[in-house]
Amino acid sequence: MSQKVTFTWAGFRRGMRLSLPLLIGTAPFGVVCGIVAQGVGLSYLETFLMSAFVYAGSAELVAMATWTHPASPLAAGFAAMVVNLRLALMGPVLAPWLDRLRGWRLWGSLFVMVDQNWALSVRAMNEGERDAALLAGMGLPMLAGWIVTSMLGRVLGAGLRPAPGHPIFFAALAVFICMLVTLWRGRRDVLPWAVAGGVALAVSRLLPHTSWYIVAGAIAGSLAGAVRDRMGA
Amino acid sequence: MSLSPATVAAIVAMALATYGCRAGGYLVFTRIRPTPFLRAVLTYIPGGIFMSYVTPALVHGGLPSWVGAAVTVGAMAATRNLAVGIFLGTAATWAVWGLW
Repeated sequence: MSQKVTFTWAGFRRGMRLSLPLLIGTAPFGVVCGIVAQGVGLSYLETFLMSAFVYAGSAELVAMATWTHPASPLAAGFAAMVVNLRLALMGPVLAPWLDRLRGWRLWGSLFVMVDQNWALSVRAMNEGERDAALLAGMGLPMLAGWIVTSMLGRVLGAGLRPAPGHPIFFAALAVFICMLVTLWRGRRDVLPWAVAGGVALAVSRLLPHTSWYIVAGAIAGSLAGAVRDRMGA
Repeated sequence: MSLSPATVAAIVAMALATYGCRAGGYLVFTRIRPTPFLRAVLTYIPGGIFMSYVTPALVHGGLPSWVGAAVTVGAMAATRNLAVGIFLGTAATWAVWGLW
């Protein structure tokens, strides 16, 4: 990036405008998280805190898959870390922007970085965009939208009061099934996905009522895929 | 408006772990290039997470869940729209569960 990277209010506003379709796209995911939060017994305040400060839907759903009372900070924190490891590779891609930012502009931009505004920012950056405020401009309305739709789902759950095992909770599965459809890259995914599903099923039997099966399955599956790739099979 | 200390602790742990990935990943991997192997592991993780979440739940959920999963896959493959996939999949599960 030869030209100077900026962080302007104009760029932020442009990001806000770009966030509109993203808001609509992630709204159902937020509602599902809120419904599940009600289902596992999180209060309104707890639901708000989780959506505002964790702000990672997949990690929230995984941690809530087997939420206990009292909650386990170790299990929840570890699950969130494994689910969000992919985010660790996203920041460096935007280094030409982020390296030029300091203080709240840098740390705030990273806080609101999710898959969607990251992908649009990478594209904009590669097309020559120099205003790094685009990322946060998309991210801040998305965070607000995430909190609002999570609370909406929490209210909806409180109104329906679904019993455990009610088919409405299938919505959380549907979210992940949809993501699998989007992620599918063909035959190379068969082995890691099969290993992940098989290990998860076995561990869920061995260690019932914990969320370790998700972490174990994910690690086993991704290692299987990476080892297979390295062997060139 | 209740707050359980353990729940707050769990949320704090999740928030720290998540921000650790967002910010820590940027700090670490702009200085050290991840090896191709680590990069491959990390790119396979999302699919692994979702499969690990879905598989035991489907096995325990029985026929309504399997029908719902099939409808979700079909709807998502056809429309590429998250809302349509969630709505049709959940509706199908609910319908079969009602008849079951």
